[in-house]
Amino acid sequence: MSDPTEVQVDWPDYRSTEWRAPKQPLVTLPEELHRLDGPVFGEDVLAPSDDDLTRQHEGEPLGERILVHGRVVDEDGRPLRGALVEVWQANAAGRYRHEVDRHPAPLDPNFSGAGRCLTDDEGRYSFTTIKPGAYPWGNHPNAWRPAHIHFSLFGRAFEQRLVTQMYFPGDPLFAYDPIFNAVRDPDARGLLVARFDLAATQPDWSLAYEWDVVLRRTPVEDR
Amino acid sequence: MRTPSQTVGPFYAIGLCRSRDNELAPDGVELAGTLFDGRGEPVPDGMVEIWDAERRLWGRCGTEPDGDFSFRVPEETEHLEVYVFARGLLRHQWTRAYLREDADDELLSSLQPSERETLVARREAGGMRFDIRMQGDNATVFFAH
Repeated sequence: MSDPTEVQVDWPDYRSTEWRAPKQPLVTLPEELHRLDGPVFGEDVLAPSDDDLTRQHEGEPLGERILVHGRVVDEDGRPLRGALVEVWQANAAGRYRHEVDRHPAPLDPNFSGAGRCLTDDEGRYSFTTIKPGAYPWGNHPNAWRPAHIHFSLFGRAFEQRLVTQMYFPGDPLFAYDPIFNAVRDPDARGLLVARFDLAATQPDWSLAYEWDVVLRRTPVEDR
Repeated sequence: MRTPSQTVGPFYAIGLCRSRDNELAPDGVELAGTLFDGRGEPVPDGMVEIWDAERRLWGRCGTEPDGDFSFRVPEETEHLEVYVFARGLLRHQWTRAYLREDADDELLSSLQPSERETLVARREAGGMRFDIRMQGDNATVFFAH
């Protein structure tokens, strides 16, 4: 039986899984093959304004300006320092700057929707961006994705790699989204939802959301 | 509890393919392949990451409309860890590519011959080929993680 706190990979409600999720049983490897170091990235992968998606063009993007911040830690609560965090998202109208996106919502000439940063010594990351819009997709009639920001993270160990999505609290689309609901355990699903963070808002400037990411346990040799 | 995985989706390239990250060794050997779904159709919106844990070399390549991906890796590479991401994959899948046709190690010898075959790249004109099949009779072996 699969772990209900992890995503259910073979999840028919999300139709694209049908021909893509492995159906053959996964092979279990001996423990020592799981303890691999992973890649480590440095400042050289960062460009100016990589952590501020509202300042990558001449003008400012349309939409609700937000700060998204949090910590990257492992299951024991240890901060992951220097972890590469990559994000990408739709614009405020729910449109991605990608040639395959056919949603008839406007592109924003001042928004690319991609960012990167490295976590600091306490495992903290932060991005300034605009709140992405919900958008329709073809999974089933009248299917809409709840607003989300895609996150890609590298810890220190190979198996700490994680690609996931951060959602916004109270989204009315949660109940109808098969991707979100492919995580069967409600508490685990809750870990995908950011918290509105009044303390981190900037008066007269931006709202703020806090979202921590918990990666797999760090092997002793990588601590 | 860990943060659960979610799919990389169809638009990952805007965030993850901003630079060309597929040359681990510019003068190395080409390792090319195609990502196939369970119907044998190429997957045009997948992404492959490879990791040579020994030499600490990492690479990433999004698949082309024809499902193709390619890397350039050191000639002497023995094996690479491979992660597969795609729309329709709610969590990435882990496999391993062996670059020597006579490769044999503990992991390989623990598999059935037909499974073993899916992990060994074939020599072809201009380099090596490592196709990845998500499902089917000759599906690539993926590891629990």
